[in-house]
Amino acid sequence: MTSEAPGLWPPSGPEIVFLLLGLVALGSALMVVTTRQLVHAALWLVVCFGALAGGYLVLTAEFVAWVQVLIYVGAIVVLLLFGIMLTRAPIGRSADLDSGNRWAAGLVAVSTAALLVSVVVAGFGAAYTPLEPGRGSAEELGSSIFRTWVLPFEALSVLLLAALIGAIVLSRTDIKGRE
Amino acid sequence: MITVVALIVLLPFAGAVAGLLGSRWPRGGSRTEESNRVANRRAAWSAIVPASASLALTAWLAVWSAGALPRGSVSWSGGEFWSGLFPGATEGTLTLVETGSVPISFTLRADGLSVLLGMLVAVVALAVQVYSVGYMRDDPRYPSYSAFISLFTSAMSLVVFAGDLIVLYAGWEIMGLCSYLLIGHWWEDRANSRAAVKAFLVTRLGDVGFLFGIFTLGVAAGSFRIGDVLRADIPTGTLVTATMLLLAGVAGKSAQAPLHTWLPDAMAGPTPISALIHAATMVAAGIFIVARLYPLFLGAQPTLDVLGVVAAVGMLGAALAALAQNDLKRVLAYSTISQLAYMAAALAAGSDQAAIFHLLTHGAFKALLFLCAGVVIHHVGSNRMSHMGGLRTALPFTFAAMTIGFAALMGLPPAGGFFSKDAVIAAIEHSHGPAQPFLYGSALLTVGVTGAYAARAWLRTFFGPSRVEPLPEPPPGTAHVFDGREAPKSMLWPVGVLAVPALLLGFAGLPDVDWGSAAVSLLVALLGAGGVYAFWRSAPRQDPARMLGPFRVVCERAFYVDELYRSLFARPVLRLARAVARADGQLVDGAVRGSGRLTIRLSGFVRLAQNGNTQLYVTGLLAGLLLITVAAVVLA
Amino acid sequence: MHVVYPVVVSALLFSIGVYGVLARRNAILVLMSVELMLNAVNLNLVVFDVWLKDRLHSGQVLTLFVIVIAAAEVGLGLAIVLALFRNRRSIDVDRLRDLSERDAPAEDRS
Repeated sequence: MTSEAPGLWPPSGPEIVFLLLGLVALGSALMVVTTRQLVHAALWLVVCFGALAGGYLVLTAEFVAWVQVLIYVGAIVVLLLFGIMLTRAPIGRSADLDSGNRWAAGLVAVSTAALLVSVVVAGFGAAYTPLEPGRGSAEELGSSIFRTWVLPFEALSVLLLAALIGAIVLSRTDIKGRE
Repeated sequence: MITVVALIVLLPFAGAVAGLLGSRWPRGGSRTEESNRVANRRAAWSAIVPASASLALTAWLAVWSAGALPRGSVSWSGGEFWSGLFPGATEGTLTLVETGSVPISFTLRADGLSVLLGMLVAVVALAVQVYSVGYMRDDPRYPSYSAFISLFTSAMSLVVFAGDLIVLYAGWEIMGLCSYLLIGHWWEDRANSRAAVKAFLVTRLGDVGFLFGIFTLGVAAGSFRIGDVLRADIPTGTLVTATMLLLAGVAGKSAQAPLHTWLPDAMAGPTPISALIHAATMVAAGIFIVARLYPLFLGAQPTLDVLGVVAAVGMLGAALAALAQNDLKRVLAYSTISQLAYMAAALAAGSDQAAIFHLLTHGAFKALLFLCAGVVIHHVGSNRMSHMGGLRTALPFTFAAMTIGFAALMGLPPAGGFFSKDAVIAAIEHSHGPAQPFLYGSALLTVGVTGAYAARAWLRTFFGPSRVEPLPEPPPGTAHVFDGREAPKSMLWPVGVLAVPALLLGFAGLPDVDWGSAAVSLLVALLGAGGVYAFWRSAPRQDPARMLGPFRVVCERAFYVDELYRSLFARPVLRLARAVARADGQLVDGAVRGSGRLTIRLSGFVRLAQNGNTQLYVTGLLAGLLLITVAAVVLA
Repeated sequence: MHVVYPVVVSALLFSIGVYGVLARRNAILVLMSVELMLNAVNLNLVVFDVWLKDRLHSGQVLTLFVIVIAAAEVGLGLAIVLALFRNRRSIDVDRLRDLSERDAPAEDRS
């Protein structure tokens, strides 16, 4: 993209920060899928989402980062924790959180990773872009959403409404299906 | 004139169609007493009227032929007595069917031989039709029965008047079909339907040879027309092959050894059928064919020798078998085989005139004998001679008629059989050939045995103490028990009418009698009859067949030919059939079922994957996706 | 900023999510793994938006939309999981075998 692209190594300052955050995200994600305690999985998920939000900040997408923190860390994880509680999951260690499928799953996951990494390295190994702060500010994104993307935005609000009604219908026990 | 010939053939056929389709029309379904009677009456009319018309037309044809000189048409065999009697000949072709090689022509021809045989067929057929009206009065299947007789009459006329070998073969096969249908008329009894199937199969065996013989002749001569075949110059080797093949058909149809076994069993059919088909006409068709194609046979001496040996064995064996039978109809059946062997012997000895002469007289007296036997069986309600006896007083008319018949059979003057049998024996005596002494000795011996069995049947039936025990309910296969003294008029008239030719037909051969050999054979016949009479006199209640001693059982079982065939052919074939069925059930079906089971078992392995675990499904899905991506990357 | 760093992180995160979806037994853990995969996608979108300097900010806007959709999805997914728990007293996905073909007689399948 740019002619004065520096080499991959040594990484610049932002890159080092991003890589560290990425490592934290990956490690906590691994903990999410391997931990033997259900509640810990949710907490590791918080760590992972937070690290990702930091990554977004490094990438100059500040509005997305705050939305990530607000919605994912604040709302979704809490929702998941509610779910864990409501299904009377054991709080302590439980031995059988993995199904018998895990070796096949591991194989598929590793090959997926190998395939994707090799593809993206081959495709974007030389891509470089200088970071310009301010491009992902709330102002920029807000004007873009409410000018260009206002119609999908409204459609999404309808989707949310439908999801709301659907969740209510599914959760309530006194609403019976048509006989 | 050819139209008349066509009408003679087609009228009984139309009668058969009308009898089959029209008898119960329009209320086909009902089987009440009343509708049966109506159907039987209609069927009787539609059977007798065409038969009478056919007889009248045949008579007209005979008168025309007797008065006419041969004009234009072919006359291939001068010199025989039928050519002298009926010199007129006519031939007509309806159409020529192209087959790609040898064409088939729908040709009818009438000459002396045809007219003579046609008269015999028409007379006996009419007599049998009239007789059947009384004999089968209460049979609910009388309509089909009489229609089949009409169909048979038509087919036999077709054989007699055919001018083309393929047309002849068509008639020949229809006769076989009618024979099968009529033997099995009382099919409720398993034995009867088995007899029908046996007759069908055995004659079919011969007919295969017959058909191939026709093909050989047709291909060799380039035409199936009888006239062309007779005129054609066929090499001797082909001729011997063809005539040998024809001989197979002749042996099957005329019940000659070794294909004779069906005829005694065919007596399971109604007695009039035995008279018409299995004594007078159909079984004579084989002899007729040989006479028809006699120039060919004269050119193939080996065939005639074989025919002579077959005839010599057949006549004596059948006569001995007849001597030991207890069933009156079986006696007559074996006697038919024996007499047909006489005709074959005459042919083998080179005299087709004697053969045809004997055929005519035999047709008359054997039909008479069978019809009389029918009256007796009708009266007694049983076929067995041990149930008969002393019927002389109860059935005087039948007694007289049957006496004429037996006299003709034994060859006693002045009955017809005396002259014709004398002609046959004289022909054999004066013939030359390797088989001649054997044939002559066998013929003379048979004359004696014939006298013996005829006398035995006559004495056992009409003399001695009365053993009649009227059965309360007739078993299937026997006629209705009749309580009157004599049979109804409709049965006696045909008997009387047939008695006249049986008695007088022989005088046509009066000028040619060889008095020397006649005296010898008469002496032998009387010797046989006298021996039986002496035995019978000593103990009238017992069967004179006991004079055969230990040999009697062998004769009664007809020398175990049936048993031999059963163990030689029937059992191996059955065993083979069972093996094939087992192979079909286990190998073929097993392969089919096994492939099904294999598929199910293999699909069981695939079913293991369908365990309902969605995670496994998604794993498979993703793995497949990966593989496809890799393949796309690698191969693209 | 080299594009390849965040993109590789995103790919690895996605693979971890795949493993979680395939290997975890608890339905809520499966939902969490789905969230991981969605976040990998979000990271991709943000990176490419930054790289391409899109004037309409389509990548980041789409990220926001995906976050919204993820919230809706988690809400519905938890509702389904709760309904499942009510009916079955268990939310182990590998014990939900109604799709399996159990003890069907081998002969009379038609």
